[in-house]
Amino acid sequence: MGIEQKLGDMGVVTTKLEDLVNWSRTNAMWPMLFGLACCAIEMMAAQASTFDMSRFGMELMRASPRQSDLMIVAGRVSRKMAPVLRRLYDQMPEPKWVIAMGDCASCTGVFNNYALVQGVDEVVPVDVYLAGCPPRPEALIHSVVTLYQKVNAQKFKDTVEQK
Amino acid sequence: MDKKLENIVQALQEKFDASFEEFRGEVHVFVNPEQIVEALTLLRDKYDFELLSAMTATDYLPQLSPRFHVIYQLTSLAKVLSIQLRVPVNDANPTIPTATGVYEVANWRERELMDMFGIIAEGHPDPRKLLLPEDWEVHPLRKDFPLGYEEVQFTFNFDDINLRKRYAKE
Amino acid sequence: MSQLEEVSIDLYKHLLSERALTGETMLLNMGPQHPSTHGVLRLLLELDGETIVNAIPDIGYLHTGIEKNMEAKTYLKAEVMSDRIDYMNNMGNNLVYCMAIEKLVDLDVPERALTIRVILAELERIQSHLVWIGTFGLDLAAMSMFLYAFREREIILDIKELISGQRMMTTFIRPGGIWRDVPVEFEAAVRNFIKIFPKRIDEYESLLTKNPLFLDRLLGIGKMDAATALQHGVTGPMLRASGVNWDLRKARPYMGYEQYDFNVPVATEGDTYARYIVRVQEFRESLKIIEQALNKLPMGPVRSDNRKFVPPPRSELGVSMEALIHHFKLWTEGFPAPKGSVYQAVESPRGELGVYLEGDGGPKPHRVHWRTPSFDNLSVVPKIVKGHLVADLIAILASTDIVLGDIDR
Repeated sequence: MGIEQKLGDMGVVTTKLEDLVNWSRTNAMWPMLFGLACCAIEMMAAQASTFDMSRFGMELMRASPRQSDLMIVAGRVSRKMAPVLRRLYDQMPEPKWVIAMGDCASCTGVFNNYALVQGVDEVVPVDVYLAGCPPRPEALIHSVVTLYQKVNAQKFKDTVEQK
Repeated sequence: MDKKLENIVQALQEKFDASFEEFRGEVHVFVNPEQIVEALTLLRDKYDFELLSAMTATDYLPQLSPRFHVIYQLTSLAKVLSIQLRVPVNDANPTIPTATGVYEVANWRERELMDMFGIIAEGHPDPRKLLLPEDWEVHPLRKDFPLGYEEVQFTFNFDDINLRKRYAKE
Repeated sequence: MSQLEEVSIDLYKHLLSERALTGETMLLNMGPQHPSTHGVLRLLLELDGETIVNAIPDIGYLHTGIEKNMEAKTYLKAEVMSDRIDYMNNMGNNLVYCMAIEKLVDLDVPERALTIRVILAELERIQSHLVWIGTFGLDLAAMSMFLYAFREREIILDIKELISGQRMMTTFIRPGGIWRDVPVEFEAAVRNFIKIFPKRIDEYESLLTKNPLFLDRLLGIGKMDAATALQHGVTGPMLRASGVNWDLRKARPYMGYEQYDFNVPVATEGDTYARYIVRVQEFRESLKIIEQALNKLPMGPVRSDNRKFVPPPRSELGVSMEALIHHFKLWTEGFPAPKGSVYQAVESPRGELGVYLEGDGGPKPHRVHWRTPSFDNLSVVPKIVKGHLVADLIAILASTDIVLGDIDR
């Protein structure tokens, strides 16, 4: 017996504010146009005609960190790149999310050596890890959908407590 | 060995007192560091080796004298030949004269050598770091530099490593 | 981790003009995160208005330490790293590394494996050029080019997946041959591709080649003469666009390239448009090679039967003790290579891709050096962008077809 019945056919939907906010966050999550290595090519493939990531509201890659919500770390992060990556992350407005795409970003995969940061989670907090070297475009889309599930489950209460 | 190459090697031998070796059909000529610029100039101008294909070094630690070999791989487009010059460099004084005046490609290649091996190119016009961060004072491709291996996290040691792993904060 | 620090201008003083120090010209930082640098390249630009006075590339943001890492693995295991150097030409990297090993240990390769290698190398060239033409279009505001090029690239990736199970990092070419024989569907899949692809090239050309907007941005931009190119070690399509007919496939044939009838496209203008023309023509030449190779594809083994270097097939493991021992030795200890060094070069989509491989008698390489074409092709950019506008720099960078993994290694 909600407000819908009283209002009749006026096209009004009631929902929780939390759900509305999360819904709007997931449906226009703009990733940053930022490729590092091999995975960037698969990220481009995911955007191109065959896989078409824009089906998930992600057609708009922003070149500026100020306009983006999601950082896809696509490739290996060298020690020279790490401070730059952190600076880019700091420039992104809240709320922001990070996907570590591929083995190199998650744990450096086959390269266990002096030049690379052993896992990008040492530099930025990671929300979703994506395995594969490089992951297929479908896998990237899956990781994004996984992130959406995570965002949809977010409660205001938790965000407030974190701060 | 190719007939045309034979003449060139002979000329180098006479002029620079160089020795040579052959392995799998490739010719390596050993030249002293002081004479390398002269040798490169001769090869470029007289024998048409227009292209310095590759330039690198290799470290023979624990052998100290010579510790390094600096390698110049030259290609002649006109005669379709290639020759390799090797310059032995000692551990005590790892310097070579710069070849930037002969081949401009040597500019970046020598900067790479300075980064990776600590072999100094004397008279280099732009001796900044190339590949490594500015504040690194190490030479990774030397044999006494460790690989920098870190223990990999598996199921059985996940918790151990998790405790000391540095996770980034928001 | 290194910290970001303020860098004093003294470090760059010798590379800038006098006017930069008085503040008359402006210093602008482009990259490492920039949509048009094709990766993590940083360029420090000195600008007079919109004209570039000096450009200083700063590389190393993708330095992976591959050369060091390869020294720590056996010859066979180190091969997985080679895929990830030039990640647009994965099989080409496998190929040159395997050829270097074969030269070092004096290993034979069966005829069928060689022919399959040729087909794969040419498919890889087309694939790489497709990504190039896509991003080239994207940088010059021809967005649809990107979508078309990636559509065709997926066909090639499907073929790669068919034979190896992986889309990019296949490690399919192995010392002494290839990993395993191609499936029966391979020939039909490649024939299908060479049937449809010529029409698609026509489609690209009708979009770009005579498009006035495209021509205005390219003609006369980034001119480079042959002497400058050779001085800077430039190879590949960039060198051929400057009028030098140098293709390692023709000049010093390897892998049986002398049996195929193909042309080497050469242009003389040396500008951005010439580089575009050369690469588009290379599409058609590669197709020719693939067709000839498919027609003559012989039957037979695809791996050398020299058991000291090549693991035995799985079928032998259950019945032959000797095979089991060889298999165990090869995958645990690896094979020893003689003391000595070789330099092997092939023509990659970007130019001369070379490997300097040195053995010390043990199972691990003493030194692996990758002579990567993008490294030298980028080193000429500061020279040819001088006096151009910033927008032209984008066109020039796109036309050099650099891959940052290839540069930083």
